[in-house]
Amino acid sequence: MTLKQTPSQTVGPYFAYGLTPEQYGYDFKDLASGDLSTAASQGQSIRIEGCVYDGEGNKVPDAMIEIWQADGQGRFAHPADGRGSNTDFKGFGRFGTGTDGHNRFIFDTIKPGAIDQQQAPHISVIVTMRGLLTHTFTRIYFSDEGAANETDPVLSSVDEDRRPTLIAQKQGSTYRFDIHMQGENETVFFDV
Amino acid sequence: MNDRPFNRRDWASHPPFIDPAYKSTPLRGQTKPLMPIIPGLSELTGPVYGAEAVGPLDSDLTKNGVKDGEPQGERIIVAGRVLDEDGKPQPNTLLEIWQANAAGRYVHHSDQHDAPLDPNFLGAGRCVADENGFYRFTTIKPGAYPWPNHKNAWRPNHIHFSLFGPAFATRLITQMYFPGDPLLELDPIYKSSPEGARERMVAEFSLDVTQELFALGYRFDIVLRGRQATPMET
Repeated sequence: MTLKQTPSQTVGPYFAYGLTPEQYGYDFKDLASGDLSTAASQGQSIRIEGCVYDGEGNKVPDAMIEIWQADGQGRFAHPADGRGSNTDFKGFGRFGTGTDGHNRFIFDTIKPGAIDQQQAPHISVIVTMRGLLTHTFTRIYFSDEGAANETDPVLSSVDEDRRPTLIAQKQGSTYRFDIHMQGENETVFFDV
Repeated sequence: MNDRPFNRRDWASHPPFIDPAYKSTPLRGQTKPLMPIIPGLSELTGPVYGAEAVGPLDSDLTKNGVKDGEPQGERIIVAGRVLDEDGKPQPNTLLEIWQANAAGRYVHHSDQHDAPLDPNFLGAGRCVADENGFYRFTTIKPGAYPWPNHKNAWRPNHIHFSLFGPAFATRLITQMYFPGDPLLELDPIYKSSPEGARERMVAEFSLDVTQELFALGYRFDIVLRGRQATPMET
């Protein structure tokens, strides 16, 4: 290695018109939004929603959540996945917690398929906000994938009492996934 | 296809999750140790945005917010390269930026600083680095502004940068600062990054980037995580 990584800095309080402009009503096109599905997407339509909580249990109103996932067949729209997505599904979403009256992030997407025989269906998550100097990585697993979750190598590597922080709870067609930055229920964040 | 995993985040470069001098961090930074994870396809892939994702004016902030005239302030060019730790150019990487206007005011609804908005300046832009990792923005030099962190606290002039790089793992959100700014040594956000590393966020004035009779130029190279020497175990 000849060069050193450029340091991270907080996204700050004013990211919205740059990163999520349409969601917040600014006159600039969104590159990504909370709606990942497309007309050609194949798979089960789901909604994932939740809040980000700080160390005092207060909802964070200026966080931005990004998600990255495989399509309904478990394929990524990226050259490192030789299979590629053939359903026009990009797999990337971004949502700020400042527009919903309840400070939720809301993603309308397709439930990802399993990537391979070992891994349970999951979504990769980046959490960033004012007051967070370096973004954090977590994962969303699904409460109705009990058998697959049991044998997933990443989920299995997490202490059993902390595993629930990674599992979105199904309520109808919506999955609830809250993110706790601190406290007894602090979400598991990965050293990605 | 290259499937070697990425180097770890270098914590001698990045700020800690909690830095009490920056008062929003103690309740928002995570506290438990990061869980190790064996990187798989989920980490080695990431969103792909090519040149088709950005509009023709997206990289020119002096034009993309114009309503009825030119934006106020000092026009500047910010250009540089996106590289990895091995010095390898990172091609086709999306860069998104946002910043205050020349008076130190953000368009953002929640910015209540008593400085004028500029009807012809939005302050947001994006571009995709070329096949050699080069990028270039034309913009207005952002002003400093006060913030409530501590008594008489002012943020130095800065431009927010957001990059993806080749994978979800290489994502970087940072801020670019300007050389010679006396506020840098007083700024807890800048200083949250360790000494010896934080200086890498300060752009260099560059006569090469400067465009004669038009705008001063600043050079800002960005280094993302490189790849480990050995392939991923499968």
